[in-house]
Amino acid sequence: MTRVVVVGAGHGGVATAQALRAAGSTAHVTLVSAEDEPPYERPPLSKDVLLGKASMDSVRLRAAGWYDDNGVDLLLGTRVAAIDREARAVHLDGGAPLPYDALVLATGGRPRPLPCPGSGLAGVCSLLTSEHCRDLRSRLAGARDVVIVGAGFIGLEVASAAVALGLRPVVLELVDRVLARGAAAEVSRAVASYHLSRGVDLRLGTGVRQLLGTEERVTGVVTSTGEVLPADLVLVGVGSSPNDGLAAEAGLHCQDGVVVDAGLRTTDPRISAIGDCARFPLGHGLVRLESVQNAVDQGKHVAARLAGTVRADAPYLAVPWFWSNQGGLRFQAVGVAEGSDHEVVRGDPEAGRFSVFRFRRDRLVCVDSVNDAAGHRTGRRLLANRAHPTLDQVADPSVDLRTVGRAPG
Amino acid sequence: MPRIVYVLPDGTRREVDAAAGTSVMKNAVLNDVPGITAECGGSLMCATCHVYVDPADAGRFPPRADDEEEMLEVTEAEVRETSRLSCQLTVDDTLDGITVHVPEEDA
Ligand SMILES: Cc1cc2nc3c(=O)[nH]c(=O)nc-3n(C[C@H](O)[C@H](O)[C@H](O)COP(=O)(O)OP(=O)(O)OC[C@H]3O[C@@H](n4cnc5c(N)ncnc54)[C@H](O)[C@@H]3O)c2cc1C
Ligand code: FES
Repeated sequence: MTRVVVVGAGHGGVATAQALRAAGSTAHVTLVSAEDEPPYERPPLSKDVLLGKASMDSVRLRAAGWYDDNGVDLLLGTRVAAIDREARAVHLDGGAPLPYDALVLATGGRPRPLPCPGSGLAGVCSLLTSEHCRDLRSRLAGARDVVIVGAGFIGLEVASAAVALGLRPVVLELVDRVLARGAAAEVSRAVASYHLSRGVDLRLGTGVRQLLGTEERVTGVVTSTGEVLPADLVLVGVGSSPNDGLAAEAGLHCQDGVVVDAGLRTTDPRISAIGDCARFPLGHGLVRLESVQNAVDQGKHVAARLAGTVRADAPYLAVPWFWSNQGGLRFQAVGVAEGSDHEVVRGDPEAGRFSVFRFRRDRLVCVDSVNDAAGHRTGRRLLANRAHPTLDQVADPSVDLRTVGRAPG
Repeated sequence: MPRIVYVLPDGTRREVDAAAGTSVMKNAVLNDVPGITAECGGSLMCATCHVYVDPADAGRFPPRADDEEEMLEVTEAEVRETSRLSCQLTVDDTLDGITVHVPEEDA
């Protein structure tokens, strides 16, 4: 019987196990998770779970009995320490080697620490796991002065939660706009004004020089402009790094992520990598994405390959999409913005409901939507059908983009 | 406790005892009803929780909101008059025995 070992039981790892069984695979499946908590959804950690509106039990990826019922060995609180490619086995922390015929790396990423003095003080938090979420929630309940470093998705979601809890957080962002990595400039403006209107103290173009503390507890933040902000809670949301150390130590090609081919195989064809930890070919280059959709769809693809329901050389082709909820603001994106060189806005940015259609060399590559499910829906349709609307068509509000046809070739 | 009946594409019926105030989607996921992926966990962002409400139960749920209407157009399976995104369907004791059909999964 084939033995499939999956390292990491987050969105990607669990989707892999689930898709293997859904495809009727009888492989022996082992899911190894470094976390003690049974597998759960991560997005609510910065939203409803952080607000106490949802419990961890309500955000499980599968019911507790699913793993047993489906013959999936779930090893919680167990870290894979090394991969022995020659012996085709992984070494567990303090355990016997676990042999595999196919290995799937779904190890996710880890928050980047702040590279400045004081980042190890108590009260300086990051948010990745349920444990972090519990810690952050209890600290928010007692906090007065909250400083959030980084106006990315996690930073702004936590800022929304803080506002909902009656706090007035300061958000520091090094560059001159929010969501600079992920969103169109028009979206950045709309999102920034939403948070400002809710009382967030947003400081653009401002970094952190140092964190201050007394008795190992954070008490303040010295900004790059020299200002000293009081702080009893600092949330660091400055991006994450892929967990590619296991792969790198095993000699697999890594480059800010485990590099995989179009079928999501690493340089060792028995080993695949998916989700946040993987760098895969998309569009005109290699990308690493951090989204539930990407982790789940890549898990499904690898499972289908292993179960033989798609050909061994089938490429992974899903169109990426992503969402973020920030209080009452809904952001949705579809496609990949990297390298986009032209943007067309549809809808009404003043009214806070619009989409930005982003082009690369006259070809639609991405649609960012703010409170605009219709725009998002249109973008998904167009990109999934490889339709090829022109800039003029998109710029003309009287054109129904749903009628735009498929691109030639 | 309201009961939800899920009818799978092959006609199999799955009955689930649901807690009042929970969604048709959540109960499907936690009871391993196949075909309801619910990638966004109920945020009305993914459209992977599409079901058809049984015609006999049509009208027992409040009508679709605008955002649900739009997101329904993203689903893989055919959209019918009875189509709903099941994360938007909350059950309570008055909805005991509500029946939904799970669409054929896309290949
Ligand atoms: C707070 C927060 C909010 C988010 N919100 C959204 C959102 O709104 N929308 C969206 O699309 N995405 C969101 N994301 C991103 C999304 O959650 C990730 O992209 C997704 O979880 C990636 O799945 P994954 O399987 O690649 O990794 P993960 O889900 O991170 O799982 C990786 C697992 O592998 C384990 N692991 C690592 N190394 C080892 C080892 N050596 N041995 C054993 N286990 C190991 C880790 O402990 C972890 O449990 C959010 C993320 C966070 C943290
Ligand atoms: S669960 Fe995502 S739209 Fe219903």
